Amino acid sequence: MNTALSWIKAYVPELDCADQEYCDAMTLTGTKVENYERLDKNLEKIVIGQIEKIEKHPDADKLIVCQVNIGSEVIQIVTGAPNVKEGDKVPVVLDGGKVAGGHDGGPMPEEGIKIKAGKLRGIPSNGMMCSIEELGSDRNMYPEAPEFGIYIFPEDAQVGADAVEALGMRDTVFEYEITSNRVDCYSVLGIAREAAATFRKPFVPPVVEVKENGENVNDYISVEVKDPDLCTRYCARVCTNIKIAPSPEWMQRRLRASGIRPINNLVDITNYVMEEYGQPMHAFDLDTIAGHKIIVRRAADGDKFQTLDEQVRKLDKDILMICDAEKEIGIAGIMGGENSKITDDVKTVLFEAATFNGANIRKSAKRLGLRTDASGKFEKGLDPHNAEAAINRACQLISELGCGEVVSGMVDVCQPMKDEERIKFEPERINDLLGTDVSVEDMMSIFKMLEIEYDESTNELIAPTYRQDILCCADIAEEVARFFGYDKIPTTLPAGAATAGKLSFKLRIEQKARDIAEYCGFSQGMTYSFESPRVFDKLLIPEDSPLRNTVVIANPLGEDFSIMRTISLNGMLTSLATNYNRRNKDVRLYELGNIYLPYQFPLTQLPDERMQFTLGMYGEGDFFTMKGVVEEFFESIGLKKKTVYNPKSGKPFLHPGRQADIEYDGVTVGYLGEVHPTVCDNYDIGTRAYIAVLDMPYIVERATFDRKYEGVAKYPAVSRDISMVVPKEILAGQIEAVIEQRGGKILESCQLFDIYEGEQIKAGFKSVAYSITFRAKDRTLEEGDVAAAMKKILNGLESLGIELRS
Amino acid sequence: MKEEKGKKTMKEKLEQIKAEALKQIEATSAQSSQALDKLNEIRVNYLGKKGELTALLKGMKDVAPEERPKVGQMVNEVRSEIEEVLEKATDKMKALALEGRLKGETIDVTLPAKKNNVGHRHPNTIALEEVERIFVGMGYEVVEGPEIETDYYNFEALNIPADHPAKDEQDTFYINGDFLLRTQTSGTQVHEMEKGKLPIRMIAPGRVFRSDEVDATHSPSFHQVEGLVIDKHITFADLKGTLAEFAREMFGEETKVKFRPHHFNFTEPSAEMDVSCFKCGGKGCRFCKGSGWIEILGCGMVHPNVLTMSGINPEEYSGFAFGVGLERIALLKYEIDDMRLLYENDIRFLKQF
Repeated sequence: MNTALSWIKAYVPELDCADQEYCDAMTLTGTKVENYERLDKNLEKIVIGQIEKIEKHPDADKLIVCQVNIGSEVIQIVTGAPNVKEGDKVPVVLDGGKVAGGHDGGPMPEEGIKIKAGKLRGIPSNGMMCSIEELGSDRNMYPEAPEFGIYIFPEDAQVGADAVEALGMRDTVFEYEITSNRVDCYSVLGIAREAAATFRKPFVPPVVEVKENGENVNDYISVEVKDPDLCTRYCARVCTNIKIAPSPEWMQRRLRASGIRPINNLVDITNYVMEEYGQPMHAFDLDTIAGHKIIVRRAADGDKFQTLDEQVRKLDKDILMICDAEKEIGIAGIMGGENSKITDDVKTVLFEAATFNGANIRKSAKRLGLRTDASGKFEKGLDPHNAEAAINRACQLISELGCGEVVSGMVDVCQPMKDEERIKFEPERINDLLGTDVSVEDMMSIFKMLEIEYDESTNELIAPTYRQDILCCADIAEEVARFFGYDKIPTTLPAGAATAGKLSFKLRIEQKARDIAEYCGFSQGMTYSFESPRVFDKLLIPEDSPLRNTVVIANPLGEDFSIMRTISLNGMLTSLATNYNRRNKDVRLYELGNIYLPYQFPLTQLPDERMQFTLGMYGEGDFFTMKGVVEEFFESIGLKKKTVYNPKSGKPFLHPGRQADIEYDGVTVGYLGEVHPTVCDNYDIGTRAYIAVLDMPYIVERATFDRKYEGVAKYPAVSRDISMVVPKEILAGQIEAVIEQRGGKILESCQLFDIYEGEQIKAGFKSVAYSITFRAKDRTLEEGDVAAAMKKILNGLESLGIELRS
Repeated sequence: MKEEKGKKTMKEKLEQIKAEALKQIEATSAQSSQALDKLNEIRVNYLGKKGELTALLKGMKDVAPEERPKVGQMVNEVRSEIEEVLEKATDKMKALALEGRLKGETIDVTLPAKKNNVGHRHPNTIALEEVERIFVGMGYEVVEGPEIETDYYNFEALNIPADHPAKDEQDTFYINGDFLLRTQTSGTQVHEMEKGKLPIRMIAPGRVFRSDEVDATHSPSFHQVEGLVIDKHITFADLKGTLAEFAREMFGEETKVKFRPHHFNFTEPSAEMDVSCFKCGGKGCRFCKGSGWIEILGCGMVHPNVLTMSGINPEEYSGFAFGVGLERIALLKYEIDDMRLLYENDIRFLKQF
């Protein structure tokens, strides 16, 4: 909301402060000033001059030489402007002055533009006549300004006077951020009331007295509200003998500062009252209203209606319409109809000031794609009392500005209004909540400023009707806090029993995952939780895969962000691709993020959110590098049992011969592998890439930070090396399983130290060599112990079809 | 006479052995690489089991018994003299050898380092861990809530009833009429209160979603940290004190805070907290847009309606809540000028943190 400070001062006449001071003080009481701008920024030494004589420039066809009376003297100015004539009164920048912008209306330089006396084509020019653009404004705000050329003042402008003042630019426009609970502050009066309380100055609202012409409004119009749930109040007044003319300068200036373009007295009055009271109004040409009757009712599904912007709108049964006896004439609270539009020939005007259901207006405007100034105000839910106040203020202005006559009386269809809010006054509770010691007297003086009444007989506070946000003791406490000063409230720390600060176990495991990934050279990435349904095709995931059963966003930003991911790989592969395409070498990334698995369709319970620890890399390293990270992680979180890598993982997005499920404790807790070359192609990754995905809930369940010292070996170890010829399809994991099962208690470890396939080995076989270490905790092993264990191992290996070489 | 002669002979022999040994040792000192071996050889030759001195001692049987101690002493004196000289020579040789080796081993210390190439934390996480560290230190528990939420936890239980404009303000992604992507972490407040364990001191970090198009300052997915304290006699002054402490820890000891009235449905009174600009110290710069202050978080006293809905009696308990945007802190703190960088995962970006 933008408002000129001069307008605020009109209702707080004693307000006297610098711009910055006003900004800070208002912000600290809750009316946040976002920004402010002086309208006369960079406008220096600009007066009203009158052109006394115009001659042609002797050496330039497009230039003229003007003698301009600036009050104190007559100066010569050369200009190329096409629109001036002798006798015109114009803004003149004197030598050494400044203007805000160039005549082309382009971006304005921060420091403005200095104007100096000089010569144009040899003829001295001692100043410059300005266009509205050079004065930092535009034709939207000053529609009387010519499209090209110098601004021309009305004939009664005073020669030699301050031109900036005459244009109403000696003012500051403040932009406020109003919070949604303070509907009353979306108005000049609301802000003025806050300003008065902030600076402890009297608030002087306009005195509204309507001069009526004695005719009866009921002879002109009747109103029927058929859907009172959507329209709690409808006030109608009639003005006759309308004379359309420009509104007065003061009104135009205020509207301009608020960013509203002046049009004519009638339109300007409705806009002015909307700004002043925060109550949108609508003016109909009464002669276009059939049967002189207003009916407020819902539209029917499929109805069409042409709004005054000449667009045809499709309606539905939840949109409230203003109708006459025959037809629809406006969309309630949003926009009037083309068919009842005010024209310059209007004779009789029907004013409407109503209170519509805010939520309904908001939704209707959204469905129609038509959000107007009016709907923006209505949707916040207005105070029905304000409708009457505003319509009377508009009628007062009609008669005061000579725009027309006001017919006596008002048609008022009003639902019973809500009782005023009465709140028990509990000063101790207020101080307890704030941690303050504000006296009852101080509280009372704050209430008085805010027009909150105190009923001594019941010890209750009564909030004014426009303060729909004051409903309970905490709301009262906020009022006290705001005007006592948030900055004056003491600063303490909570007392009470100490609590142990800690991370949840899940978060501690995740922290460990980050640590290990980073030790292993992986950097943390973050990707979105939603993605495109097309990712499944990119990942070669079959049509019937349960992964394609996704939680779908009903109103996504676009198809690319429309489903909640059921697999974490797309984000990782996209990030790897980004790096690959930017020629980054040896990239290692990890992510900790959820996938979202629905339990059933339609969704009747929230989906299963499963944290995934996803690793991805290309460049240096291979499958076994990735496997190493998994094992480092498992070790660090106490997963000490044997991890099984099952090559029958069946992941379509991974290389069929280079993938494995990671099985721990009989559960598949993740998978790893080389990305399938087709998938790499789909993501434009032009090299081998590797991924690992760990399903954290399973892992967190099994992880532990408990450790127990097991002692270091005291007795010597005995090693045996075995070299084998192994059928190709036998996996190292199978050999190790045999060794581990059969090695007995004294087996300490087995270590692969050679693997070879090639010429010396017969077809279908490979040569594999292991070093097996035995050790007893309590004694030195004897040859017999080792021999017995080795025999069992070798027997086992032979049953796998393995031949021993030595 | 025989003894005399023998004694004399012994003495002469000893002198001779000594002279020879010392001569050999001296000769060795000047030599180089095998010097230590040579010295060891000398030791063996003179002092070893089969060495000359030992051999000489074998001749003791020819010495008269009363003379033997004297002769023994002489032998020992010669032995220790030779040993001493040998040791000195050895030490000197060792020192020389070490010096030579070190000289030969000089490296170019400006050659490139061999790094382990440790990975890097995401700036969001760095900021989050900082927040966690501060609040855990103040006795807060770190908890989490679901990212896909029900309307009740995201809105209604936070005093944002159906049809409230705040629902539109937050541009919610809906799954269906009841399920949605949470627009704020504030729902975790309700989950925590419903557990019924009081007092509460918690923070809840997490991902939140709003339907904003992606650009330099917006992302449809970002992170917040929610905070909640519920106990008897919690005051707005406690809120101010706690958050001022947080700001000093997070942004530096000199940081000042400013609380401005604001509005949130689930707190009353509500406030926004600004901190004195940690880039310019409050003088005004491009980060604080010249104001000297940076808006950091929203906060307030938990609304009595919220307490009641979560089964806590507002007559007995009170509390405060706050919410911080992690990206906002990360962007400001690390001077990141485009939010999209946070989700692109370009390694050249990540490596800077």
